Amino acid sequence: MSNGLMAGKRGLIMGLANDKSIAWGIAKACADAGAELAFSYQGEALKKRVGPLAEQLGSDIVLPCDVSEGESIDALFSALGEKWDNLDFIVHAIGFSDKSELRGRYVDTSKDNFTMTMDISVYSFTAVMQRAEKMMKNGGSAVTLTYYGAERIMPHYNVMGVAKAALEASVRYLAEDLGKDNIRVNAISAGPIKTLAASGIGDFRYIMKWNEYNSPLRRNVTIQDVGKSALYLLSDLGSGVTGETHHVDAGYHVVGMKAVDAPDMSKT
Amino acid sequence: MSDIADRVKKIVVEHLSVEEEKVADNASFIDDLGADSLDTVELVMAFEEEFGIEIPDDAAETIQTFGDAVKFITEAS
Repeated sequence: MSNGLMAGKRGLIMGLANDKSIAWGIAKACADAGAELAFSYQGEALKKRVGPLAEQLGSDIVLPCDVSEGESIDALFSALGEKWDNLDFIVHAIGFSDKSELRGRYVDTSKDNFTMTMDISVYSFTAVMQRAEKMMKNGGSAVTLTYYGAERIMPHYNVMGVAKAALEASVRYLAEDLGKDNIRVNAISAGPIKTLAASGIGDFRYIMKWNEYNSPLRRNVTIQDVGKSALYLLSDLGSGVTGETHHVDAGYHVVGMKAVDAPDMSKT
Repeated sequence: MSDIADRVKKIVVEHLSVEEEKVADNASFIDDLGADSLDTVELVMAFEEEFGIEIPDDAAETIQTFGDAVKFITEAS
């Protein structure tokens, strides 16, 4: 169903892990709309997963990148520059924290994990945009992924909530700096989705149930929902939008209290 | 073989692309069936989805073999 919305546009997808990934929902929506894609992966375990998925979307550009190393990001963009002379969009779906600190108390977060979480989950987006800016010669659009735990307390989200708050703030500053070159920078705050990354978060099934019962749409969102909203932000449909954190969460972020019709539930 | 064991075996065979004969009770996902650490997390997620159960992290760590998985799921469902 190529509607041509992304025809002639080239995009880099960073952080795809498997076909449950939010990055997969976005990549597929972009490819279906005619975009040409490249993918980055970190490490051999992910390479063997990303390769076949990229192939499914007609892409043979699959490049390594460890976002904790500036040289590795440089190498990614120089390799990409050899394939493409121009880049139109970027999807940044990368975050990491020691999962032992995604349960229990935030106050117990170690300095090492705090620093590492901020480096991988926040600075990496800024570092990537530093390089991407030079390849986005005709303007461009970037989307990163965040979560409501940045704005409000969510169980066990802990240091990742602090990192996502910083990521959302960096989206605003990047939007200002890059806006002069018509590069738009936005975040999607997706509702909870059972991905590989989410498997590190404690009581995740409980969080999903709560969202399902209490969000205005009375359901959880899917990677297809996120893909469609990302398509809007990455394509010309979103041409007037930048610096935004856009919620794709079935409306959960506007809710003030438990829905009257939501069943009582306790953690099982 | 029980229905649960059949369904678990089907998931393992498909996910790890191994021959059905190799998926013995004492077959270790990592040592015998070539799983990496992400595979083990993905398998647990696939079991949760297939059987509608929750497998907490500490339990997931004890599921090392095909037999372990069948035993845990049989008890949980």
